[in-house]
Amino acid sequence: SRSGGNGPDIYKGKICSLKARALLIDMEEGVVNEILQGPLRDVFDSKQLITDVSGSGNNWAVGYKLYGYQYRENIVEKLRKTAEHCDCLQCFFIIHSMGGGTGSGLGTFVLNLLEDEFPEVYRFVTSVYPSGEDDVITSPYNSVLAMKELNEHADCVLPIENESLFDIVNKINQMINSGKLGSTVKQNTLVTSSAGSAKILQEKPFDSMNNIVANLLLNLTSSARFEGSLNMDLNEISMNLVPFPRLHYLVSSLTPLYTLADVNVPSRRLDQMFSDAFSRDHQLIQADPKHSLYLACALLVRGNVQVSDLRRNIERLKPSLHFVSWNQEGWKTGLCSVPPVGHSHSLLALANNTCVKPTFIELRDRFMKLYKKKAHLHHYLQVDGMEQSCFSEAVSSLSDLIEEYNELDATKGGPRTDPSRLKIAI
Amino acid sequence: MSIVTVQLGQCGNQIGHEVFNSLCRDIRGTHGLCSSREDESYRDACKERFFCQEGSAVPVARAVLVDMEPKVISQTLSLAARSGSWKYNDHSHFCQKQGSGNNWANGYSVHGPRHKEAIMNLVQKEAEKCDRLGGFFTIMSMAGGTGSGLGAFVTQCLRDAFPTSFILNHVIWPYGTGEVIVQNYNSVLTLARLYQSADALLVHENDVVHQICAQLMNIKHISFRDVNQVIAHQLGSVFQPTHTPGHSDYSRNPLGDLMETLVPHPEFRMLGLRNIPQMPENSLAYSSFSWPGLIKHLRQMLIANAKMEEGIDWQVRPPCPGSSIPSSHLTNKPLHFNTSIANLVILRGKDVHSVDLGSFQDPSLYTSWLNPQDAFSAWKTPRAFNKYEKSAALVSNSQFLLKPLDSIVGKAWNMFASKAYVHQYTKFGIEEEDFLDSFTTLEQVISSYTTL
Repeated sequence: SRSGGNGPDIYKGKICSLKARALLIDMEEGVVNEILQGPLRDVFDSKQLITDVSGSGNNWAVGYKLYGYQYRENIVEKLRKTAEHCDCLQCFFIIHSMGGGTGSGLGTFVLNLLEDEFPEVYRFVTSVYPSGEDDVITSPYNSVLAMKELNEHADCVLPIENESLFDIVNKINQMINSGKLGSTVKQNTLVTSSAGSAKILQEKPFDSMNNIVANLLLNLTSSARFEGSLNMDLNEISMNLVPFPRLHYLVSSLTPLYTLADVNVPSRRLDQMFSDAFSRDHQLIQADPKHSLYLACALLVRGNVQVSDLRRNIERLKPSLHFVSWNQEGWKTGLCSVPPVGHSHSLLALANNTCVKPTFIELRDRFMKLYKKKAHLHHYLQVDGMEQSCFSEAVSSLSDLIEEYNELDATKGGPRTDPSRLKIAI
Repeated sequence: MSIVTVQLGQCGNQIGHEVFNSLCRDIRGTHGLCSSREDESYRDACKERFFCQEGSAVPVARAVLVDMEPKVISQTLSLAARSGSWKYNDHSHFCQKQGSGNNWANGYSVHGPRHKEAIMNLVQKEAEKCDRLGGFFTIMSMAGGTGSGLGAFVTQCLRDAFPTSFILNHVIWPYGTGEVIVQNYNSVLTLARLYQSADALLVHENDVVHQICAQLMNIKHISFRDVNQVIAHQLGSVFQPTHTPGHSDYSRNPLGDLMETLVPHPEFRMLGLRNIPQMPENSLAYSSFSWPGLIKHLRQMLIANAKMEEGIDWQVRPPCPGSSIPSSHLTNKPLHFNTSIANLVILRGKDVHSVDLGSFQDPSLYTSWLNPQDAFSAWKTPRAFNKYEKSAALVSNSQFLLKPLDSIVGKAWNMFASKAYVHQYTKFGIEEEDFLDSFTTLEQVISSYTTL
């Protein structure tokens, strides 16, 4: 939104009067302060912040039960204010991590709150899941407790694993260092580039990793922001990719990870982009959709790509993918004319695929390892409103979800008997 | 008589724009190949039908643009204005910000009732501008949410508000391997509703037009714009002015004539369209055509259900006269021979009046319950269309669309049996029962066409 005055929004390369429609919430001040002193300070409205000083101690219960109830009114008030500035509010993006206390606990509290206060508005959640070697010991607890909330209150979840982001960043590093890309790669066009050169990649890995997620969200919203021959809005994503309410976890992949210097990309390169979108090492979680079962798949293409390129690649890749029996030929496609900055084209693939199952199973396993020994449980139970049943209900919810994926997987490769059609009496 | 076009959703608006473009280009060209009197007559008839013109101002398309999000309409309006040769009325559009989310129920049950008044007001205004209203031409895709759901609702409103006017729905059938995952649901719900409100459905299938672009137009990187331009050309070949038999003036009631000729029975409303020849513009100068050749090809395309002028199966022959066609074709054998209820051939260009169309009046092409004289019509004009020295179009009420329809219903039913996505529709008031009703309607249509 514009903060007032009719002057130009961008002056000498700096954004001056555009304000993010955003609410920044953290129970510590360090990160938010850094943002407000950094190059984007003018983009965020200083009134749209909710911070505290002590943090949530990596404790979901502190985030949800303690801070949740404490800040509820404040959050609702600020949300209403931001919503009022919208001509037409369609969607909330919640961005958080699952493993800690604030993002996980307070984050899912806010998710709940959004459903209560704005039931008609879609809730898209981008969740960073902890990896196996996460240094937060209680991350399995926090994640599983948060999962229950995601199961019940999110319209769509885009799980992200740091491990995958890290691998992608490393892969790009290797490519640069090996000199293989040479002059074919444009400067500063890596998906991971924020301010610039490869050196920075190594110093601040989280920035590069986060940049990938930022690009994901940019591509997701590109068709809503720019014109194209086949638009794909956010509400269409939910409609097409969520066949049953609880199966709303979408595996995402982004290509290309770098861009070529040659703007007129030959078809083979374009086709490579489509192939990469289905390869294991381009997924943003540790998953292999190709060898699991697809319930639904969406492809959002940006740039100078035509419907024939899209069709050719779908025909080419389809035979090697496994689709559920009731959706053998269903693809959701979008064509946006405007490519990302510095690129001539890009592709975002979103898959509702049973390959998320291993991530959830591992999470449950790590949870059970701690829970069986009641490790650290007292830190949670001493928070007002937190009971042991919260834990058992959460893991039960997760188990139910895993079971749904199991049932679907059981149908994979099995004999197909199409249901008999209605018979009309002549 | 004038036709009011209603462009619905992204597809409807993109195609509508190409249609008006194509019509305008055709009348502005100097390739009429006929007398200037004939040419003038043609131009006047076209303008009256599709445009409104005040004096020497740029002609304004008789159209209402509807979409639930603003980007496409905004682009369509500006593209037209930039052409300098025609434009849309500045006020004849309605849009919202939300979109329909590919959700038929959202388009039909939420947006429809909510915006009915505003949309029908615009339609009423356009209708009033016509000296004589010849009917409505709606353009929509059935795969998405707005064109399909809101489109079905608006069609019903048109029927209620203009009970004696003709309504022709131009419906785009999506690529078989989707553009939208719930496209088969949206299609089934749309077709069932349209069958009750429209006079006829004129269908274009994306897969077919795509093939035409690839194999006949030699386009390497086919865009939606290319597809839409072929569709617009085909529509133009039907709707540009023609003489109906026995009349020396241009027909003044194209939609009425079409319905009378092609829809003798309410159970059979599905019309397919073929147009030949079709080739890249720069090849036209080097090509010449003969009417006997064109007619022969068109007839075989009809009989063998060929989608375009390439790969026609010449083995298919009409059944021998006198042999009884079994009343129930519920076998698993593919129906090689395409049985027709009624056909309309439209010829444009040089020497049309000498063309022999006797082969289309062969009774063996048709189902037995219509007199072959009544089952076939021909419209002609010596005025060439869109730079084609000779062009022949076929609008056919036959088994053309039987297989594609059956395929869509089959896939939708398969998905419905698992109840996948149904919660997205019930959320907006479309219940399982509504689905079942729609399936029943379409199975009936399939059965009717199968047993021709």
